[in-house]
Amino acid sequence: MIEFRYEKANDVASAIRMFASGDRAHYLGGGTNLVDLMRENIERPETVIDVTGLSQTIEARESGGILIGAAVKNTALAANLGVRKRFPVLARAILAGASGQIRNMATVGGNILQRTRCYYFYDEAARCNKRDPGAGCDAIGGFNRIHAILGASPACVATHPSDMCVALAALDATVHLEGANGARSIKLTDLHRLPGERPDVETELAPGELITAVELPSLPCAANSTYRKVRDRASYAFALVSVAAALEVGENGAIKDVRLALGGVAHKPWRATVAEQELHGAPASEETFRRGAEAELKDAIGLADNAFKIELAKRVIVDTLQKLTMAPGTGL
Amino acid sequence: MRYTINGKPVQAEVDVRMSLLDLLRDHLQLTGTKKGCDQGACGACTVLVDGDRINSCLALAVQYQGREITTIEGVGSPADLHRLQAAFVEHDGFQCGYCTPGQICSAIGIAAELKRGVPSALTEDLLIEEIDLSQDEIRERMSGNLCRCGAYNGIVDAVHQTFARKTTNIFAKDAAE
Repeated sequence: MIEFRYEKANDVASAIRMFASGDRAHYLGGGTNLVDLMRENIERPETVIDVTGLSQTIEARESGGILIGAAVKNTALAANLGVRKRFPVLARAILAGASGQIRNMATVGGNILQRTRCYYFYDEAARCNKRDPGAGCDAIGGFNRIHAILGASPACVATHPSDMCVALAALDATVHLEGANGARSIKLTDLHRLPGERPDVETELAPGELITAVELPSLPCAANSTYRKVRDRASYAFALVSVAAALEVGENGAIKDVRLALGGVAHKPWRATVAEQELHGAPASEETFRRGAEAELKDAIGLADNAFKIELAKRVIVDTLQKLTMAPGTGL
Repeated sequence: MRYTINGKPVQAEVDVRMSLLDLLRDHLQLTGTKKGCDQGACGACTVLVDGDRINSCLALAVQYQGREITTIEGVGSPADLHRLQAAFVEHDGFQCGYCTPGQICSAIGIAAELKRGVPSALTEDLLIEEIDLSQDEIRERMSGNLCRCGAYNGIVDAVHQTFARKTTNIFAKDAAE
């Protein structure tokens, strides 16, 4: 780890000011990813601005939505009663990620901006376009079980590792930002980028722009929602494939509303809009769910070690929607 | 930098790059907390900060100024074991013992989380008022603590005996007898 200057921001304005006046500045949340990356010399900030002192409040909005401060800890968000009741998919996604210790440290803002867990990104001896633009990618011909099947590019097949973000993508979350040029908001699904030719540029954030909050709109169908994660061990592992789903079935048995997003499959949390279109208004049946899953995964490309994820993703989509149809509510 | 560690005020001047783990072990000689992977994967470094369990290896010491930190040295002593420590002895919750301080601190953190109603990935109903600390719940909640000796069955029994509600505590020794 290189030497750096540590500053603690007490409010958003001072954080932004510290960033502007610091050399090679980086915001620091719970540190569960950044500290590790700094120790491995993958991240080399010279100024570290601690933003864990910013908003830790979770505010229920009269509209039925919810406003989540960027410094809210993952555990606190998953334990929030309003979240558990109205957005169970978000609580379940957070609880499916990391360990109890890490969830107690990690912040919402940091979770969104965590880096990929591609082995080659962490290995300085390997080629990686994300770490060293233009160097090449050793994952494409290497061990790529945990890599992308959707939206990847010849430059990068890394995946975004967050579980929480998959739920946020499904729930139409908005991310509130503030920077030197003022405040703005962006949809969570528009915040992360696909790799294209520049996998080193992972988000639409301008330099120094800070995530201040995440807002969920009112979404009645989210009361019947869940998160299903498939991984190589029963707990404390990143997703091979995960599905965040919310479903509302009308009295006539047709799908009134549906939200679907996938994790572990792409460089960003993958909102399954193609499947959603296929599902809307159709009968809530296994055949419909399978048709939606097939449509969403139509353009998926498998690598040597991860082609199994294409069929796996389809099956997890079908299974998750079946659960929400047969046993609606906040249960497992 | 000032801290309260195991109830005592502590002052230390350390490099901002230093982890809370290295501060405890190398500067304060509190070597009960162990360094395993040093990257948040094994849980050997687990300590309690204001009652919450964290991985002290991923924590920059500078970020935790002013906080109340409890390490295994603050949990119990050989002459006065915490009841969870006694349960680990009773149930053979270890072989080499290297992961044990982290396991103990983690389980104490879990007990506090349960009191606050924090669910886990296995909690059947997210709206349940009182979570039953089943053996599966313990395994899920303790998944951030690895034991290379494989003493998991003893660990789970010890945690269950100590923290599960007695009425449902069918695995505990006293209930079986």
